[in-house]
Amino acid sequence: MGAKEVDNAELSDKALVVAIRKALTSAQSGDTDRYNELVQLMYIIKKPDDVDVVAQLQTLLKILSRSVACLDEVHHKVLLDRIFGTTIWDHKPNVNVMYALLDLIVSLATTSGKHLSSCLNMLVSNLLSQPRILDNKMLELLSRVHAALHKISFLVPLAPSILLPILAQSLPSVHDKDRFQLVVPYVENLLQLENSSIGKVFGNVILRVVMERLLDLDLEIGWDDILQDDSAIAMFDMELDLAVEGTTNEGEEFPVRSLNQNGNAVSDLLDDLMVLYFDHLKSCQDSGRLDEVFENLFESFVNLILNAQKTKISQFLMFYACSLDPENCGVKFASKLLDIFLNSNNNNQVTRTNAVAYLASYLARAKFLPASFVASMLKRLVDECADYCRTCNDDARPEEHQVFYSVCQAILYLLCFRMRSILDVPRFRSQITPLESVLSHKLDPLRVCLPSVVSEFLYQAKAGGLFIVSDAFIFDDLPESELSRALGGFFPFDPCLLKKTNRLISRDFIFWETVITAYDEDDEDEVLPEVIVYGDTDSDDDDDDDDVHDNEVDKMSITPKHSFMHETERLLKMPWLIRPSTCHRESL
Amino acid sequence: MEGLKLSEAELMIYIHPSKSRNVFQAICRELSSLLFQYNETFDGVLLAYDATVKSKQAKILAGLHPYFGVRVNTRLLLFDPKPKSFVEGKIVKISPESIHVIVLGFSAAVITDVDIREEFKYRVRDGEGSFVSRSHKRHALKLGTMLRLQVQSFDEEVMHIAGSLLPENTGCVKWLENKSEEALHTDRDHKRRKIA
Repeated sequence: MGAKEVDNAELSDKALVVAIRKALTSAQSGDTDRYNELVQLMYIIKKPDDVDVVAQLQTLLKILSRSVACLDEVHHKVLLDRIFGTTIWDHKPNVNVMYALLDLIVSLATTSGKHLSSCLNMLVSNLLSQPRILDNKMLELLSRVHAALHKISFLVPLAPSILLPILAQSLPSVHDKDRFQLVVPYVENLLQLENSSIGKVFGNVILRVVMERLLDLDLEIGWDDILQDDSAIAMFDMELDLAVEGTTNEGEEFPVRSLNQNGNAVSDLLDDLMVLYFDHLKSCQDSGRLDEVFENLFESFVNLILNAQKTKISQFLMFYACSLDPENCGVKFASKLLDIFLNSNNNNQVTRTNAVAYLASYLARAKFLPASFVASMLKRLVDECADYCRTCNDDARPEEHQVFYSVCQAILYLLCFRMRSILDVPRFRSQITPLESVLSHKLDPLRVCLPSVVSEFLYQAKAGGLFIVSDAFIFDDLPESELSRALGGFFPFDPCLLKKTNRLISRDFIFWETVITAYDEDDEDEVLPEVIVYGDTDSDDDDDDDDVHDNEVDKMSITPKHSFMHETERLLKMPWLIRPSTCHRESL
Repeated sequence: MEGLKLSEAELMIYIHPSKSRNVFQAICRELSSLLFQYNETFDGVLLAYDATVKSKQAKILAGLHPYFGVRVNTRLLLFDPKPKSFVEGKIVKISPESIHVIVLGFSAAVITDVDIREEFKYRVRDGEGSFVSRSHKRHALKLGTMLRLQVQSFDEEVMHIAGSLLPENTGCVKWLENKSEEALHTDRDHKRRKIA
């Protein structure tokens, strides 16, 4: 382009600018003809075919963005409303017009404080209305929307603090079932913002808000309906058969009875969101940020999930985060839970018992934690119990010692999973010697804890030779007493019931079926078929085992009487799904 | 730079009984919740505070929750740019129509083209825009320059300053300071010559 042409373009450009500015100012003094023409032009956006008109519109928007100081809230209200009300996704073909519009929004936001929140609202509502499937053009448009948010935050440092409440409030609530399909793309955008420079200001709040939404969905699903269904137990048998028949290896995923079979919209959404969150955590790990993110994550977890007992899925966020970085986050999670339990000054009873339950379930199920760490945690718990036994008062009522009983149950549960690995190493074994005195204390935790846990533990303890004096543990009956029912079985990291989430978790998750218990034979190769002796349909094996047991039973009768074997087989099996007790943790 | 002031204030801060374990932390929390917001009582935006508890005695409010009031002596750093005062900030964006400045790292200031005096002309050099003075070629306003501007209005909600470069003593801070130093030197020279 020659110099003269450039000059001409500049001149006409300037002329246009002057003209438009004149139209705007004249509207303020009452002469609205020219102004109305401009407004009409904005409405033309609906007709994408007319190329000239589109070009005109683009020019108008460009000039407006250079003349934002002339835009007045009152006199140019119609024009501004039109600008703020545009949904960019409706105008796909005219992408350039939309880019110009976004530039105008940035100018408006940064030049005058009055328009800032309207501009931010417009951008966020466009993030919310984003279609699920995006083609290349739309992806570019989306990135421009993000870029607009960043530009505004750069020029107006306080913009993120105004943006945050808008983002949080725009997330559709759980009860808004019609807008469910909007949630996943919107959360994806939120997490993308968390990862960005704006995220440095309010990233932790975003993580918390999304976790809160997950929690809401989790609580919305009627888990009680599913779990109280007796067919669940029958399902467990089927599960075992499947496991035996198939050639399952260590790393293979277990067929989990999934919830999505009913096509429940809420559980589907929860599943998708969990996977999204997992992906985000993975990307944090890849960029080295997982450590700082984990601190925020844990804080939100303590505030939201720890005391909400009915959640079944949301806690797996923590599990996944720990699995990504076992040496750091994995260890930290357990240590922090232990601290909560030990800190009796600042935490009430319920929080402490929940913390212990989480700790035990986590240590039992996390494949990535080394046995030495598990042993050291176990030692701390056992020592605490031993101290308590020494210093407790004489009050015989179980309700006074709820924390103690819950810790005992936690220890027993943990040992059901890890007995073998603990007993195999003499050093670990010696660390838990106080356990014997704890269990034979007059507070009698074995009577109060959940019978299925207790019996499994005793069976393994006997087989592994954990205790020296075993006739103290004569167990005549296994009633599910009032006490144990009140204590309840809260094992938060029981297998995840959502398909996609479980797929990502199962690699690092210890399923009960794969546990090598203390009473198994030493053939390391044939792990699976042998383990499931306990509940197998093969009655021959059972009889053999019974005979073997009979002889030893006379000397150390910790296993229940023979007659109980068949009737109470269900109770003796380590339940795959442990039902929470029907009376939830009420005080007695 | 004008607009910053240090105030001493005696405050009564009411604290919820659950926070009685660590009162000082609760006081800091309360004061921190006021940071970077315009406060009418203080007449400015609170930027920083320094609190000392005067006495351990506190007054308990009767009511549903027995809040207790603690007397605190505070020193407050307040930002209060009145119209016609001068503030300084760093230029973060230059366009033919406006200059965007960030003052004290948190407040956004904008000078639109109508408020930039005729002396400055917009030039593009090496792809970067800048405003250069017609009369003093060394006086240039570029990205990253510290700019002194006059406040026209201050939007308290978003901490937005509408600024102006019309007065003569606004512009690049470094250049203005050099100019005033030179003026000082030439003044002295003149006086010396006169005496001599």
